[in-house]
Amino acid sequence: MTDYQEYLEFLYSALKEQNKKNVPLNEHTALVADIGLSSLEVMEFIEKIEDHFDISIPLNILPDVNTIGELAKKVKELNL
Amino acid sequence: MLFDKFQTMADFQAELAERQVTPFGAVTEEILSATEGIVEGHRVILAGTNNYLGLSYDPRCIKAAQEAAARWGTGTTGSRLANGSFAEHQALETEIAGFYGVDNAIVFSTGYAATMGMCSTLAGPGDVILLDADSHASIYAGVRLSGAEIIRFKHSDPDDLAKRMRRLGDRAGQALIIAEGIYSMLGDVAPLKEIAAVKREYGGYLLLDEAHSMGALGSSGRGAAQDAGIEADVDFTVGTFSKSLGSIGGFCISPHAELEAIRFCITAYIFTASSSPSIIASTREALRIIGEEPERRTRLWDNADRLYQGLKALGAKVGPTASPVVAVEMEDRSQTIDCWKALLESGVYVNLVIPPASPSTNFLLRNSVSAAHSTEQIDRIVAAYASLKDAGLLPTSRES
Repeated sequence: MTDYQEYLEFLYSALKEQNKKNVPLNEHTALVADIGLSSLEVMEFIEKIEDHFDISIPLNILPDVNTIGELAKKVKELNL
Repeated sequence: MLFDKFQTMADFQAELAERQVTPFGAVTEEILSATEGIVEGHRVILAGTNNYLGLSYDPRCIKAAQEAAARWGTGTTGSRLANGSFAEHQALETEIAGFYGVDNAIVFSTGYAATMGMCSTLAGPGDVILLDADSHASIYAGVRLSGAEIIRFKHSDPDDLAKRMRRLGDRAGQALIIAEGIYSMLGDVAPLKEIAAVKREYGGYLLLDEAHSMGALGSSGRGAAQDAGIEADVDFTVGTFSKSLGSIGGFCISPHAELEAIRFCITAYIFTASSSPSIIASTREALRIIGEEPERRTRLWDNADRLYQGLKALGAKVGPTASPVVAVEMEDRSQTIDCWKALLESGVYVNLVIPPASPSTNFLLRNSVSAAHSTEQIDRIVAAYASLKDAGLLPTSRES
């Protein structure tokens, strides 16, 4: 079973390409407000996560996700 | 502040006003025919109206509307569930069901209400919806209201749909898949044979929006599902009367008798007034005409092909195949606005499309073709784009 930290590590590495401003990443980093992802980039990032873990992330959860940590928790829940 | 979130839009409107351009809500001051009008003071060819079969100005439809207004009055003043179900509405439901060869139909007051209403009602909490990523705003609005789990699959990608159906496991058999026939912005046709094959493999239900394909595709004009030979796989077809049928309103047809129970659960159907009898009458007449005049579809596709080939020859960035919707890809917002204005001033009205209405981050000049366009009108549209190219305003593909 992958733990929370491993999810975080994957999200950090998956964000490398899209983190054009090289914002330091931690679990409190906001995907839109801090990294500056556009809505299209958020969807591309989500697809990367979905394919890696072979899960589908419902659109419904996205309004509750602002930070990398919040996303890691949701992905962990979905992947159980 | 409550209004802060509208500031970006207010700034954009101010920019448009300063540039003296009105791409959104341009006022049509006069309609001269199905394909010509006076828009913002310019006499133009209408190439952005979705009037695919040219029936909005058909004398038979106008006469039917006039007679219905004289007989039934100007409006029903009520919901279909109260005083708003006239014999005309019931007759249209019987006729649209018959057109599709099924027994069940609901007529809505708008196409938006039909799509949004069905998508918000069919699935609910505990259910799962898989929708194409480039779905129309009415579909997104509906699924968000539904309370169901919403999963997007990549636009027109049956493999991605299959992957997501597999991930659902036992739930796939109850999933609602949503796709469109012709997509409204780029004019691409969905790979429905492959989507239907995924549904056959994993189960589930398929709702298909034929808003832009009804009348345009299929041997009798029933749309993309008929064209692809997969009508038996479609559980719910939704569509509109405001494009090929030249009026306004929407519908859902289904082989499932349960549609009659669903009718009484759709708030977008219950809590709004029904269509005016004149609207219903002209729609009935238009439906009869498209059944009897298949040559309109032939003319539509001849015109679509002529416009597509003409724009392609100029090097304009168009899609991979001809379609009643021919979108020209532009590079940025300012350039798209300049070109839209130049086209209007040279006598061609098209649609300006910018994100988020366009898929991805595209800026588009969206042309819609009509069976009623003459060859000369199509050539004049191409000539207007050629002028844009000569002025260095039209981005062209590398090979041109």
